[in-house]
Amino acid sequence: MPLLEVHHLVKHFSRGGGLFAPPPTVVRAVDDVSFAVDEGDMFGLVGESGSGKSTTGRCILRLIEPDSGEVLFRGENVLQYSRSRMRLTRRDMQIVFQDPYSSLNPRMRASDIVEEPLVIHRLGNASERHARVRELFDLVGLDSSHLGRYPSEFSGGQRQRIGIARALALNPALVVADEPVSALDVSIQAQVIELLLELRSRLRLTYLFIAHDLRLVEHVCSRVAVMYLGKIVEMGETEALFKSPTHPYTRALLSAVPRLDPDAPRTRVEFDSSSFRREIPMREIGRSHWAAV
Amino acid sequence: MTPLLDVQHLTVTFERQGSQTTAVDDLNLTIEAGETLGLVGESGSGKSVTALTILRLLQPPGRVVGGRILFEGRDLLSLSEAEMRPVRGGRISLIFQEPMTALNPTMRVGDQIAEALTAHGVGRDTANQRTTELLEAVRIPDAARRGRDYPHQLSGGMRQRVMIAIALACRPPLVIADEPTTSLDVTIQAQILEMLSELKERFNLALLLITHDFGVVAEMADRVAVMRGGQLVEQGPVRRILREPSHDYTRHLLNAVPGMGPS
Repeated sequence: MPLLEVHHLVKHFSRGGGLFAPPPTVVRAVDDVSFAVDEGDMFGLVGESGSGKSTTGRCILRLIEPDSGEVLFRGENVLQYSRSRMRLTRRDMQIVFQDPYSSLNPRMRASDIVEEPLVIHRLGNASERHARVRELFDLVGLDSSHLGRYPSEFSGGQRQRIGIARALALNPALVVADEPVSALDVSIQAQVIELLLELRSRLRLTYLFIAHDLRLVEHVCSRVAVMYLGKIVEMGETEALFKSPTHPYTRALLSAVPRLDPDAPRTRVEFDSSSFRREIPMREIGRSHWAAV
Repeated sequence: MTPLLDVQHLTVTFERQGSQTTAVDDLNLTIEAGETLGLVGESGSGKSVTALTILRLLQPPGRVVGGRILFEGRDLLSLSEAEMRPVRGGRISLIFQEPMTALNPTMRVGDQIAEALTAHGVGRDTANQRTTELLEAVRIPDAARRGRDYPHQLSGGMRQRVMIAIALACRPPLVIADEPTTSLDVTIQAQILEMLSELKERFNLALLLITHDFGVVAEMADRVAVMRGGQLVEQGPVRRILREPSHDYTRHLLNAVPGMGPS
């Protein structure tokens, strides 16, 4: 059984409107999205800005309430949980944010940031919590002599490690990693990715890895879903999808990635957004490979 | 042949609270006319400071403490402010990373392009006519109407096209592009890079392309210079640098690109 199953998830936002304004326009941020993530998997959700990938991640944790659909975590629909039940479930589902600069409270010490989830969930007494914070610092490769420092005293890569330590404080099973390395320098990215992969095997974590960097996703994810304007247009095992992209948007997206070989033939495919039909359903086009074509 | 731009032993320091940091350390770079040099490095490597220094836009506490920047037979560091003004935009222009902060939000984009021309002595009518041509050159559809838009009415990719139109307005022989596509989606990035290559050919521009992305370098550059901590690590033809980097740091950067590493 998959750890996480998303069925027909929908979230629309309306923009504009008001007493004297023209009627609001509806943005279909997440428009009938379905996928499943197996335990221990690193599932990549990729797309460009406005594709709805981050909104999907947030809807799964109910940081944004979706309009309809189901989010099954260990087989149970968390969208039907009461607030208190949901809070309890969040121990098992955590998120790492993109920007390590704005996602950490600048007035809190690193130790307090990592401890906060334990305090909120009333876990352990003060000394147990402090021991746990030290353990987490160790786990993510931070120096425990820096526990008393403020976020501004850390580099970008170190801050992202603090964000990861905070997400892991409650021993979650699922981590939604929303562009966890895109604000970092490339060599720091490699270190943080290394850490995420190492933690996965050590702690048996499952990741929903949200990203726009296709080279990165190809490298680290076992399965991938490509989003465009709120829809998943193609999904499958990473190798199959990158080897034979089928949806015209996936083809355009892959062909736009700069190649490291100056002599590689450039065959860029353009995607005509006016040709996009959101009502086309996904169908199986190969072994573990689906596309809306 | 003398290069178009010849940076010799450039050293820039920043002084803060009595302590001095060397942001650019004895840097030597050359760019030939019509050539694209990719300047690669991570944050803090000194690549953007180098760009600002070439245009003499470096602000205190930054200070040039040594070196020369030879361009079209003159040392830019020895020019007065008045002599420097026609160089900026006229002979060397700059494309910034973030078009939203680089464009004036209260001014129509067409007027901003025209301003780049009138500031360099072009008459109002000619400037307006050239503006429409420039908007067409950067492939903004319905150019005449789009010129009356404000920056917030345009998408990120369209704004970056406007920035490029401004940079190319006076047909400068050298354009410095500081991470021109970093804030853009990959499909938009591909369009902008393609357009930039085309315009480079058409106007015979030399391009100093500052980036952290080796993929962008592979697509665009003739030669590559790699910087770290203010120092030039290595410089050479793009194929040699990508295939047989001679320096450990270059190898390290290349290995960090997903899918390139030994794993």
